[in-house]
Amino acid sequence: MAQPATKQPVSGLSEASRRSPIARPPDAWQGAFERAFRWTACGLAAGVVLLLAGVVFEVVRRAGGSMGKLGFAFLTDSVWDANGDRFGILPSIVGTLYTSALALLIGGGLGVTTAIVLSQGFLPRRAELVMKNVIELLAAIPSVVYGLWGIYVLIPALRPIADLLHEKLGFLPLFSTKLSGPGILPASLVLSIMILPTVTAIAREGMVAVPRRLAAAAYGLGATRWEVIFRVILPTARGGIFGALVLGFGRALGETMALAMLVGNTNRFGWSLLSPGNTLSALLANHFPEAGEVEVGALMCAALVLLLITLAVNALGSLIMRRARRGLTGLG
Amino acid sequence: MLSSDMTRISRRNGLILSVLGWGALLLTSACSKKEEPPSAEGSSSASVKAATQPKGEPLTLQGAGASFPAPVYSRWFREFSDQNPELRVNYQSTGSGAGVKSFLENQVDFGASDAAMTDDEIRQANGNVVMIPVTGGQVVLTYNLEGVSELKLSRDAYAGLFLGEIKRWNDARIAETNAGSKLPDTDVTIVRRSDGSGTTFVFTQHLAAISEKWSKGPGVGKSVEWPAGVGGRKNDGVAALIRQTPGAIGYVEYSFAASSKQPMAALENKAGKFIAPTLKASAAALGAVDLPADLRGWVTDPEGEGSYPIVTYTWILAKKKYDDKAKSAAIKKLLGWCLSEGQPLAEKLDYIALPEKARAKVQAAVATIE
Repeated sequence: MAQPATKQPVSGLSEASRRSPIARPPDAWQGAFERAFRWTACGLAAGVVLLLAGVVFEVVRRAGGSMGKLGFAFLTDSVWDANGDRFGILPSIVGTLYTSALALLIGGGLGVTTAIVLSQGFLPRRAELVMKNVIELLAAIPSVVYGLWGIYVLIPALRPIADLLHEKLGFLPLFSTKLSGPGILPASLVLSIMILPTVTAIAREGMVAVPRRLAAAAYGLGATRWEVIFRVILPTARGGIFGALVLGFGRALGETMALAMLVGNTNRFGWSLLSPGNTLSALLANHFPEAGEVEVGALMCAALVLLLITLAVNALGSLIMRRARRGLTGLG
Repeated sequence: MLSSDMTRISRRNGLILSVLGWGALLLTSACSKKEEPPSAEGSSSASVKAATQPKGEPLTLQGAGASFPAPVYSRWFREFSDQNPELRVNYQSTGSGAGVKSFLENQVDFGASDAAMTDDEIRQANGNVVMIPVTGGQVVLTYNLEGVSELKLSRDAYAGLFLGEIKRWNDARIAETNAGSKLPDTDVTIVRRSDGSGTTFVFTQHLAAISEKWSKGPGVGKSVEWPAGVGGRKNDGVAALIRQTPGAIGYVEYSFAASSKQPMAALENKAGKFIAPTLKASAAALGAVDLPADLRGWVTDPEGEGSYPIVTYTWILAKKKYDDKAKSAAIKKLLGWCLSEGQPLAEKLDYIALPEKARAKVQAAVATIE
């Protein structure tokens, strides 16, 4: 069978190779095109960086003027009074961190466990895929819809439970007030649902990426399924899981609309889960449209603080992640 | 064959990609240019765009501002454009503060505000502004109390509620005016606006007029430091929270409570009568105030036996002098229409028509626009 091919004249082969796009040298059009593409890509990449730099610059520029005027009291005061030109964001800072940490506790825990269920063969493959897609769909629900759902469904459902908690466990600072409707607890619960898809998807990717051989080897040594999950899969995937948690926390810090609708927007902070509070993003969303000049400056400062908090969380996250990876070098 | 096809495809894809890329780049640069803050001396170079308007296309008036009368405005402007196809009016309900801002920065042809303009803002406009009250609205207190279909609140009671002094519904200050109904022994939850708003301005202005404690404490403003309660977003957010929270009371613009049939409290007016919010009672209240020369008439605490206490005018901000004659003619025509044919429409949408004697004064002011 191979005979005729070898018998073909050499010139024919080179004829074919000349026509082949692989052997042919690039023509002028191709070269120009590739250069254009490279420049476009570079330009776009630079554009993204410039855009971010522009945003930061603008925020800093507009915050800068009022920073001196507001002084350190801006971070420690808990009154936001546009009439008296008194601006303080302490309750908003604490509220932001409090709601996000609660969301991470609930949503992060749920997300990682869901990722385990969806990656370790507990379900038939098809059911796994369906579940995964349904959870990822949660990310497609607009923030406003979460807010409305919170007002019309979650808060009425929480009310009897919250009243019971306050009655029986009112001596704990966590339940020391009555649920007034919107507040820290409903806001944190909705936030935890909102970060669930992010956490689940990324943590699951990390677990799926763990080489099969590792689990197989552990089973071969007589380990049970739980031992494999907790001693092999989770430690190996911890980089991915941690990344998922950091991203989830970042999303919780910046979430705006649902919080503006659910957190209660009260500049007073107490440890009670049932009391209303405020967050930086909700403060910004609520006060920007009608703010006067002085208030806009104060809002820009608040935006800067939120930016710094998010930056710090991300930096801390990648630092810990790098630590976690270093511990894994032996596993390669 | 296959591979040559592939390069062709990738080349075409690449072309599309690069076109898209450059397009996006151009777009972002255009946007960033637009976002640059307008210069202070923008007023002289205003409405250049309008001067170069091609003939045959409808002249478009841009407006922005108050969200409180936005339902009336959008209905008005639609009907006006239907009747006058050569004119088109765009209105964005961005909020009073933003409306004044974009009016001062010449981004719009007219602004709209529930709080008119402050003296300082008028100075910034170099006095080139006419404030035209076009309709009025009322702020109502709506509540959620099971079994209480009628609630009468004395001035002392509703000021005390919002000051956070009255914490339970069976408080003596509420009970003394509601002998007929059985007030529950539950907590009061105050619901107020969390965003800056003209509704808040009108309400706090009234509270400051009737309560010394209020004017010394939280004061008057589009957003104030509230002594009590939780904040909801916009009128509908507040209305929703009240519906969902037993024991809640809060303030919203009348039409929001009327459309969802929420119970509204009757309030004690200056004459000592308890008046339920109706269009008639509010029109009486507006009629009780004489508009000053600049038409910036505040109705903080109206006289009259039948007046509902918390009402306000809402203003359209037009320039005294437009550079473009076609535009000033269009604005005059629009405002004239709003003040005549527009008025019955406003009433249909639960807003207050201007009282007769105010209307003549306002029409005279519109005639001065050049």
